[in-house]
Amino acid sequence: MSVGIVMLVHTALGRAEQVARHWSAAGCPLVIHADVSVPKQTYNAFVKALSDLPDVRFSKRHRCEWGTWGLVAASQAASQMMLDEFPDVRHVYLASGSCLPLRPVEDLIDYLSNRPHTDFIESATTADVPWTIGGLDDERFTLRFPFSWRKHRYLFDKYVAIQRGLGMKRRIPGGIVPHMGSQWWCLTRQTLSAILGDPERATYDRYFSKVWIPDESYFQTLARQYSRQIESRSLTLSKFDYQGKPHIFYDDHLQLLRRSDCFVARKIWPRANRLYDAFLTDAAHAMKRTEPNPGKIDRIFAKAVERRTRGRPGLYMQSRFPVETRENGLTSAQYSVFQGFSALFENFESWLARATSTRVHGHLFAPERVEFSEGASVMNGALSESATLRDYNPDAFLASLIWNTRGERQCFQFSPRDNQAVNWRIAKDPNAQISVISGAWAVPLFKSNQNFSDIRREAARLQQIESKHLEILRSSWTKARVRIWTMAEFIEAPMEPLQTIIDEIGPQQNSRGLAEVPQMADLTGFGQFLQNLKNQGMHPYLMGNFPVTRDPLEVPGNKRKPYLVR
Amino acid sequence: MQHPQDIRQWIGIAAEAYRLRWERRRLLTRALHKRRQLSEVRNRAEQITPGAILCFSTVRNERVRLPYFLDHHRKLGVDHFLFVDNASDDGTAEYLAEQPDTSLWRTPHSYRLSRFGVDWLTWLQIRHGHGHWCLTLDADEVFIYPFHDTRPLRALTEWLDMKDITSFGALMLDMYPKGPLDAQPYEAGGDPFEILSWFDGGNYMIQNKKQLQNLWIQGGPRARVFFATTPRRAPTMGKVPLVRWNRRYAYVSSTHSLLPRRLNHVYDDQGGEKTSGILLHTKFLHMIADKSAEEKTRGEHFANSALYQDYYDSLTQNPDLWCDGSTRLTSWRQLEAMGLMSRGTWL
Repeated sequence: MSVGIVMLVHTALGRAEQVARHWSAAGCPLVIHADVSVPKQTYNAFVKALSDLPDVRFSKRHRCEWGTWGLVAASQAASQMMLDEFPDVRHVYLASGSCLPLRPVEDLIDYLSNRPHTDFIESATTADVPWTIGGLDDERFTLRFPFSWRKHRYLFDKYVAIQRGLGMKRRIPGGIVPHMGSQWWCLTRQTLSAILGDPERATYDRYFSKVWIPDESYFQTLARQYSRQIESRSLTLSKFDYQGKPHIFYDDHLQLLRRSDCFVARKIWPRANRLYDAFLTDAAHAMKRTEPNPGKIDRIFAKAVERRTRGRPGLYMQSRFPVETRENGLTSAQYSVFQGFSALFENFESWLARATSTRVHGHLFAPERVEFSEGASVMNGALSESATLRDYNPDAFLASLIWNTRGERQCFQFSPRDNQAVNWRIAKDPNAQISVISGAWAVPLFKSNQNFSDIRREAARLQQIESKHLEILRSSWTKARVRIWTMAEFIEAPMEPLQTIIDEIGPQQNSRGLAEVPQMADLTGFGQFLQNLKNQGMHPYLMGNFPVTRDPLEVPGNKRKPYLVR
Repeated sequence: MQHPQDIRQWIGIAAEAYRLRWERRRLLTRALHKRRQLSEVRNRAEQITPGAILCFSTVRNERVRLPYFLDHHRKLGVDHFLFVDNASDDGTAEYLAEQPDTSLWRTPHSYRLSRFGVDWLTWLQIRHGHGHWCLTLDADEVFIYPFHDTRPLRALTEWLDMKDITSFGALMLDMYPKGPLDAQPYEAGGDPFEILSWFDGGNYMIQNKKQLQNLWIQGGPRARVFFATTPRRAPTMGKVPLVRWNRRYAYVSSTHSLLPRRLNHVYDDQGGEKTSGILLHTKFLHMIADKSAEEKTRGEHFANSALYQDYYDSLTQNPDLWCDGSTRLTSWRQLEAMGLMSRGTWL
């Protein structure tokens, strides 16, 4: 026998007994420490139940409250007993009642006997680790913590504040450098006996008994004094969430634990029957003899912590509803908004869909109905075409649309006729690509068959709305990628901006440039139309300067020919 | 949740908290008075051991849904059910009385005036729920949560206890069939989701309610089909069905919100995701048309029932709620991936 197990138990004694038997069956002597809070009757029954095992001892009981000295005192007493009573033990493994050996104990024994002088204890200086729960790192070692963090949080916090305010600092006993790490270690007899038999131990104990969470620093610090060879890692797989609470393993973690190749895992849910059955009885599936590999589990848990603290960007749901500025992304994916394009080009939507292979919608915020692509009445996620539903909560509509269609880029048309309630939101969204041809809303009016007085009124209204929108897009809070052209500017050389927008949407197959161009509306007489509006006292300025006399697109001999880049 | 900036805001917040304290007391007193409306049919409450997980429900003519309801929640690990039967005439009371893990009370009084059964349940919760994890459900709600197929409810409640969390939120997900609602008859005890296998996956609209600090969630097929022109009236879909009860707690409106307000903080407002579940709603089984016709005349289900006549009329026509954008239910993992619920850090 070369490995002795020190086991700290406080609840689920039935499981602790089961695991103790497992250790014992492989020939490991055990010293068990039960928390004082375990009722006397339960404790006696537990002791009695284990009385048939040969090398089991029970150490003096301490009160083991989280983050207090009791845990260290318990470990010290039990370790001392282990060293005294079992002289053959070379490594002492500190485990808890909710630890579960994942690999055959013989594996562990072999592994340790091949490394007879190695101490396995995670141990790092405070400056080098990010584990700061409650905003305390260095101060764990320089302040006093007489109050329980769990039970008397208020006093705990106040006392810390007072000490900070007064600039109080404890002296760290000479010669030691505080280190921290997982409280589950495996130390050699040499190191452990040196720690326990240190002539300065009384000084160290007095110091550490007022340190915060000493069970994560006492052995971790002192092992550095005596160890010949430290492997700074724990042989016990144990994970903590961002609040410092241990992750618990359930039945559905069976495969994950198998693949970890770790020797021991904690903490196991006491009712996880499948795990206990699988690892304590089923030797056939035992893992192969490889180095422990907690990396896979680490990745999964890191991802989970990320999700808990940062969430899935662009998701608004029952248990994630961030306040403004804490969204971590207003939407979940990039999308494009086109203003004025479908007015200026006759077949812009179908052309864009062909050129970019994205989902191209019409005016999603049109007053009559939501113009989903291909005239659909409902989109992914059963998003309805009803304008009333959309206008009831336009932010939710947009966020849902982008979330529901993750993986497929969305493009939609926008105009001053549409509901303007989302303007700020889109402008502040770094996922949005907004392209505006200002004043292009005049083209449908120019082509319409309304009375000129109505046209004039509508033109004034649209111009006012668009100019407000442009103000937003040009504000300093805007985070979207915004491009704005006046209509006059745009039709001078339309292909260049179109190419830029499309390149930005994504690497397409069109490395040779656009294979096809959209068809521009016939603007013959548009200059005169604008002049007529001016003559009626309305001043159209957003479209830039159009000469009255000459139509800019007029190509002699062929009036209907679309604009082409050569 | 709010960060007051000056003394006036502080006073406003304190005054509001004080007002809500009295509101909670009013609700508790109301429940205390309403206890006289309940008569005991079968009381097995002596079976309730410390730490037992309880389920509370008010039912009326739910004989068809109850076998699956009981079966599902028993499998999750509910230890005892406490029912109030509101004048059923389809054998519901007899069925419940003979269940070994169920206590039953009966009342002929108004469901609406009991705040939709909540007053009665509040009394039972004062009496039996103190210190227990309590699941408050309607008979047409099936509670699920991440990993519910491999981890019993006790795994969840113990984890919540460890994290000092006292309430757990769930989105109500209206499940519906493809085709007219009455096309596929449901037999008691069967899996309702073989018929009701579709849902709306992404059309929910959320607002933050300042007063109770809860989220007001609307959407789903009822908003889409029946309330497309009056979305404000669309049903509320967010609930807080699982609470570690204290006799001083009270549900405010159905199980959508509670007092004290901190119990409504089942969502993260700093960008993260909290662990949450789903209530699969089995309202749209074939009985819905008859039941709607009855509810319309009884007028017991909405505070202002006159406004909902059209809704009931539409339902009695057995409409088809299915659309091209509907999603077929496959597993809780699907619901989690779609962002309808979240595992948070419970993994």
